[in-house]
Amino acid sequence: MFPSRVVTPSTLSVKDLPWQILWSKEKCTLCGRCTAVCPVNAIELGVFRKRIVQTTLNLTESPENVFTVYHGIRQKTDPAYACVGCAMCNLTCPNDAITPARSDEADKLRFHINRGGQPRRRGGRRNAPGTILDRIKFIRISMLTDPALDAGRHEFELRTLLGRVLPPEKNLELLRENGWIPPVREIYPLIIGSMSFGALSPTMWEGLQMGVAFLNEELGMPVRMATGEGGCPPRMLRSRFLKYVILQIASGYFGWDEIIHAIPEMKEDPCAIEIKYGQGAKPGDGGLLMWYKVNKLIAAIRGVPTGVNLPSPPTHQTQYSIEESVAKMIQSMYMAWGFRVPVYPKISGTSTALAVLNNLTRNPYAAGLAIDGEDGGTGAAYNISMDHMGHPIASNIRDAYNTLVTLGMQNEVPLFAGGGVGKSGNLAANAAALIMLGASGIQIGKYVMQAAAGCLGSEADRCNICNIGLCPKGITSQDPRLYRRLDAEDVAQRVVDLYLSFDTELKKIVAPLGRSTSLPIGMSDALGIDDHHAAERLKIKYVV
Amino acid sequence: MCRLIAITSEEPLSPMAAINALDVMREGHDGSGVGIFLRDLGGPFDSIKDAPILSGVFSEEGLRRLDAYMMNIGFMTKYKLTIKVPKIPPPGVPKRDIYLVRAYEYPEEWEEKSQDELFAKLVEIRLTLRAMGEEKHDMIVFSFWPDVIMIKEIGDPMKVAHHLKLDRDDLRARVIMAQGRQNTNYAITLYACHPFFVHGYSTMTNGENTAFVPIKEYLLSRGFPGYTGYESDSEVFTHILHYTLHNLGLGIEAYKHIITPLQDDAIVGHPDGQLLKQLKQSCRKLTIDGPNCIIGCLPDHSLFMAQDRKKLRPGVVGGRPGMYAFSSEICGLDAAIPSRDKSKDFQPMHIDTAIVGPNRQEVKICSQAESLPLPH
Repeated sequence: MFPSRVVTPSTLSVKDLPWQILWSKEKCTLCGRCTAVCPVNAIELGVFRKRIVQTTLNLTESPENVFTVYHGIRQKTDPAYACVGCAMCNLTCPNDAITPARSDEADKLRFHINRGGQPRRRGGRRNAPGTILDRIKFIRISMLTDPALDAGRHEFELRTLLGRVLPPEKNLELLRENGWIPPVREIYPLIIGSMSFGALSPTMWEGLQMGVAFLNEELGMPVRMATGEGGCPPRMLRSRFLKYVILQIASGYFGWDEIIHAIPEMKEDPCAIEIKYGQGAKPGDGGLLMWYKVNKLIAAIRGVPTGVNLPSPPTHQTQYSIEESVAKMIQSMYMAWGFRVPVYPKISGTSTALAVLNNLTRNPYAAGLAIDGEDGGTGAAYNISMDHMGHPIASNIRDAYNTLVTLGMQNEVPLFAGGGVGKSGNLAANAAALIMLGASGIQIGKYVMQAAAGCLGSEADRCNICNIGLCPKGITSQDPRLYRRLDAEDVAQRVVDLYLSFDTELKKIVAPLGRSTSLPIGMSDALGIDDHHAAERLKIKYVV
Repeated sequence: MCRLIAITSEEPLSPMAAINALDVMREGHDGSGVGIFLRDLGGPFDSIKDAPILSGVFSEEGLRRLDAYMMNIGFMTKYKLTIKVPKIPPPGVPKRDIYLVRAYEYPEEWEEKSQDELFAKLVEIRLTLRAMGEEKHDMIVFSFWPDVIMIKEIGDPMKVAHHLKLDRDDLRARVIMAQGRQNTNYAITLYACHPFFVHGYSTMTNGENTAFVPIKEYLLSRGFPGYTGYESDSEVFTHILHYTLHNLGLGIEAYKHIITPLQDDAIVGHPDGQLLKQLKQSCRKLTIDGPNCIIGCLPDHSLFMAQDRKKLRPGVVGGRPGMYAFSSEICGLDAAIPSRDKSKDFQPMHIDTAIVGPNRQEVKICSQAESLPLPH
């Protein structure tokens, strides 16, 4: 140890960090790309002094020290610069000379990542591999008594409804009397969930919108995308593509000044309005856009100064009770678009979800309920909220659906499920399981980032720096040097790939179940799981 | 697979006409059971059209309990058809004490009741009897309705028919529906045997309704007491029919739009597009799935046939003015009505509903692509 080095409680070795940089002196060309690309400056050019003891066979001569120097990569151990494992160094290295490796034991960094008394904040996910959805199997296979359908050639109707559906009797009565029937959208059941313009880079946002527009206009798939809090670029608001967008209003009301002012100039109504009361990644906490990402454009759309943190309050300031204020907010949003646009709330998964749902069933304007489970992702949140707060989506959505069944309203208030759908890569299987548990549709966020833009995050705490605007792939950055790495056209192409392959996989699930005429919402008789308690809890079959 | 035959005739026919047709189609069913629905009755029942008829299977003890119950609520027997069976049933047919077909007179104090109230009461009594029977396993009740008889039994249709001596003069009907084969998807119980009946509506199906569970849950939550049972996935077709016509006040032409709605692009260009869009959305939970050929009978004695969205089951209708039949197979139709213009036989396709009205003069084909008659 160098005598000059001060050892403090937070002095860590490379071994104490979650990721160790493995670097090969043999392969390295000292091109410097890795140190340049590292988003957190975890590595730097190192000048290493090396001593070689040279001895001769001649006994009369003393051994000599030869001091040499070589140049290479040094990993920083200061907690502020700890490697996040994104492996951009490896991606850019021409010779595969460098790669991060996950530590073989729990890191010590976690105990020191709160310097200055500021607990860890990050973006990303819960870092908990696997989900119970992965374990649900589709067990009702059409065999002989009814022929299995052909996923490739038969006609399928796999759309869902977003909006308040009236009971048939009431519906017909209003139709006869020319009364107001709540707007209902017929959409594709896989929705790109709320990721704000601000959290996402302009190229990512543009790519998603282009992909969604292509799916709608060229492929006839009515795919919708939610904006998240933070508004929508002014040109988008005034374009015909707005009809593919679900505008979100959240507790910070960011971007809504711009939206309200654009209403008279809108060519199309938005698909729907989502009122965010909570999200799965940080339940009970408001949105958070950290100052790094608040550049001029974002600031203009949101109506704030540049370079300031934008923490939204945990709840809407006008909200005192669900009976009164939430109902009023839903009605106000309806009024803004002349009662032509469905308005629904989004909440975090919670054991109190049924109370919310029960209330919505009595509110004739509530157009649905989106529930975001504990595995939901975020651009920025406190680590503690992400890792430990929230409710798993499977039982939450099942309970909600069964409550609607008890009330006889299972077709009237559509439920949308989100949070970790496809986290292990099984998007269609997870989505189909949730639909059969009772969801009318599925919201995805992280999956789109990974599949359409190459997000590096994993369930092993890799990268997760979406919050500070340094996304090495340019997905969640507002820095042109970073987001230029992402080509919007490529993102759009991948969005289309994702949806087409999802559609085929969904058909490959429902066709053998003998379903094609309608989306099998609540078809719980098709589901089985090899866990008795889970089967009982979800009211599906226990199979071994 | 199941085999279905339904005959409507100006002249009352013996149920054997349908049994014979089922027998001709025996290669298509496994002979594991039979269900018969008779309506617009001839013979002694012709003159007592308003008297509710109870059909079911009873043990001696069950009959005693039935009599006590009916007496207690003021129902008097008006006419009964006694089916005497040999002591030893043919192989595969369970031994039963009594096959009951009994017409009742309404209690005197019910004279003031409207027909709707009477019908609601009939459903209530049938369900009460069914519950009583399920408690002690001594009664199985199929229907309790004016001008309707239902007989169901496990076993080969022809053997059962001979065993029950169905070829008798006092058992005649102008509308007959019969199905061969016991349900095999769920437990073997007579309650799972087609045709099903509720509140004046009856259907039978050859098929498998893969959307059964969500539809069942939806019907159970409609608050109508008759929507119960569901020993078979096909029972929901009867209840959806009842819901469509009785609750929604729509015509039989709309039934197909409820169970297998058109796809959106077809709705956009449809003359009733707005109505169909609303129906598709608000009745989404009643959309059926899987291969199904449905034959049904309405309270006005119309018969109809509708197919699933992909037309995955066989079904044909044909006949001549005065007598028409709906059959799973052409050989069944041939057996029922050999003398007819076969060139006019029609096999309803994926958007068709074939209807023979109460006057039995023609087969009306409704396509989902056509406009609907105005709501009743």
